Amino acid sequence: MSQATLAVRRISGHAGAAPGDDVERDYQVCKLIDTTTCIGCKACEVACLEWNGYTFTDTVFDNSYQTMPETTWNYWNLIKFNEHEREDGSITLLMRKDQCMHCADPGCLAACPADGAIVQYTNGIVDFQQQNCIGCGYCVSGCPFDIPKFNPATKKMFKCTLCVDRVSEGLEPACIKSCPTGCLHFGSKEDMTFLAETRAKQLRENFGIEKAGVYDPAGVGGTGVIYVLHDVNNPEAYGGLPKDPHVPWVVRFWKGPAKWIGNLAMLGGILGVTLHYLRFGPKQIPPDDLENGPDQAAGGRL
Amino acid sequence: MTASRVISPREPGGTIHRQGIITRYTLSERVNHWFGALTYVYCLMTGLAFWSPYMFWLAALVGGGPTARSWHPWFGLAFTASMVVMYIHWDRDMQITAADLRWKDAIQHYIRNEDEQLPPEGRFNYGQKLFFWLMLFGIILLLISGIGLWFVESIPGSLRWLRYLAVAIHVATALATIGAFIIHVYMGTAMVRGGFTSIIRGEVSANWAKTHHRLWYEQITKGTTSEK
Repeated sequence: MSQATLAVRRISGHAGAAPGDDVERDYQVCKLIDTTTCIGCKACEVACLEWNGYTFTDTVFDNSYQTMPETTWNYWNLIKFNEHEREDGSITLLMRKDQCMHCADPGCLAACPADGAIVQYTNGIVDFQQQNCIGCGYCVSGCPFDIPKFNPATKKMFKCTLCVDRVSEGLEPACIKSCPTGCLHFGSKEDMTFLAETRAKQLRENFGIEKAGVYDPAGVGGTGVIYVLHDVNNPEAYGGLPKDPHVPWVVRFWKGPAKWIGNLAMLGGILGVTLHYLRFGPKQIPPDDLENGPDQAAGGRL
Repeated sequence: MTASRVISPREPGGTIHRQGIITRYTLSERVNHWFGALTYVYCLMTGLAFWSPYMFWLAALVGGGPTARSWHPWFGLAFTASMVVMYIHWDRDMQITAADLRWKDAIQHYIRNEDEQLPPEGRFNYGQKLFFWLMLFGIILLLISGIGLWFVESIPGSLRWLRYLAVAIHVATALATIGAFIIHVYMGTAMVRGGFTSIIRGEVSANWAKTHHRLWYEQITKGTTSEK
């Protein structure tokens, strides 16, 4: 959303390198979500709407506390509720705040064909620039977390900005500010990773939650949003968090080798027909029956 | 000369006129061909813009990225419609025949412009038929995969492989049609003299028909004694 005052690391659909990349170094920012202390109050959902200027829309009831099935173009922050059956048969309610993960290796940016429609700042925030967005939806195919959403009225894509306008002014994101239990933290990636690992260790050693761990998937180069989960081996239980997310290989191939193969093939085709013309020339009609004079004229007449 | 002659819109293909002029393409065939050409070229330009950042400037020629993205699928539908009409026009003439297979075996002579060594062909030669069927099956695949890309959010995340499949099919098919398109334009404008005028004015000379499509020429002149 905001151009802010941040240095850009990566630009989507851009012919050439990102100008100014690497002239400025920033802390990698990171949001830490501790699902073990989330109470599902949805204060973060409301804070997100308020800060970003969206009004509360109708909820979609589907026999759970969840506000709606998925995030939408104007609802970027959604707590996913899942009634989970433990191994001993008891029931627990898993709650996970779902939003853009701000991947270090963003699939949306890789897939985007529009120059500057998606940028990654040096602090790690992945941000959509709607003035450059063409509304093609390629980012939907690129994202392993199903986050970018289409606004049919403006034909532009929207998602969580990690409150880039606040962060660039030294403030924490709106959701962090609203959290009453302190399950949300914001800081440098280094600090948040340390905090998350410490909490996971505490859960394992002091609370007997043996599978507690940190979700920071390496498949997308790590994320700017990390989770502490009770069971790090089963992230799918938290409202479909993918176990090993990757930028799809089809998208990688499409935006990498396929482009070169395709461009060379097209160039080869043009070169081929040109060479053919220079070597063999046009097909002439044999002048075997010149008595039909106009025949010859008709051959090249427009 | 024949330049001032006006072709009747209802004139069927193969009509022979005085002075050895033959109607090769009817008015509706020509109008539809150029409607298809226009819509295909639009999709080609905008598609290439989405394909590579180095060709994104092509979108600027037709009103910018968002405009190009809005119209690309609609022009694709229009091109599909023209292909349907083309199928109605030419389905019968585009069936692969025994003569085509003989011609195919001698295709190196066609490439080297040794046309006198080629077996005779009907209204369309094997290469033209190949192009027609490639574009027809191509547009079917482009249409199906294109609808997937158009309404990508309607494909649920649990079926995300369909999104990837749509991308892969759309790209591969588009590239195949571009290859065929390059050859088609080259042959129609530069290589086969008289071909370009035939798809504009609809006329070829009897000599042209005899040289390139002898079986067709013999078929339409059968029973008539006025010509040649």
